[in-house]
Amino acid sequence: MAKSTSNKRILIVCRQAPYGNALAREAIDVALATAVFDQNLALLFIGDGVWQLLKNQQSESIAAKSQQKMLAALVLYDIEDIYVDSEALNSRNITEDELSITTKNLSSNRIVELLDNADIILNF
Amino acid sequence: MKFSLLILGAPYSSQSSDTALRFAKASLACGHQVLRIFFYNDAVNNGNALITPAQDEQSLPKKWQQLAKEHKIDLVVCISSALKRGVLDATEANRYEKSADNIQPGFTIGGLGQLVDAAINSDRLITFGR
Repeated sequence: MAKSTSNKRILIVCRQAPYGNALAREAIDVALATAVFDQNLALLFIGDGVWQLLKNQQSESIAAKSQQKMLAALVLYDIEDIYVDSEALNSRNITEDELSITTKNLSSNRIVELLDNADIILNF
Repeated sequence: MKFSLLILGAPYSSQSSDTALRFAKASLACGHQVLRIFFYNDAVNNGNALITPAQDEQSLPKKWQQLAKEHKIDLVVCISSALKRGVLDATEANRYEKSADNIQPGFTIGGLGQLVDAAINSDRLITFGR
């Protein structure tokens, strides 16, 4: 049953809108910490988590650190597998050109596959 | 099987921590191993020694301490979550010139690397949300 300790497929699921609570930010903290381990890391934004991806966030007006800047750090850590539930975008009327980072948009069938293929899922 | 747990919920506000404690005990009773329990977000308050429940209520910090001692489990509170919620060990209390430390014996303060290490080195990582 025990899997190899090297190169696990780790999936971080981001479900929270930014700023309402700390978990949105803390999920990205976990992603950045994971990046320094030599693992196969991906992020998935679903539900209200897709609000994190919007451009033009003005978090300074509520004295909070910018989630947009947090997400901008992902690429600096070579985290490129960033998936988004396209239905979550559609149902919130968010278009791709409103997103601050490059994402891979997935249908719900593909999301099931992604979840299925992960060795470890961290759900925030 | 080798388990590690990630807990996010605040003790006494959410059932999350108590459920995690019960899961850990049940797993050990079934012969599984619990490698590390990582307390993140509001769950860091599980490591607050100043928590004083009513006499007819359980003390989660003490129960964790007892479990860790009996089964040699690593109890780690996330440093960034802990500091901003006022859970400090002696080193951090000195570093930030605070008047006291308050970490429950049996807990250590650590970084997110210890969560990732637990995830990689366990068969399963189970998250107890908020």
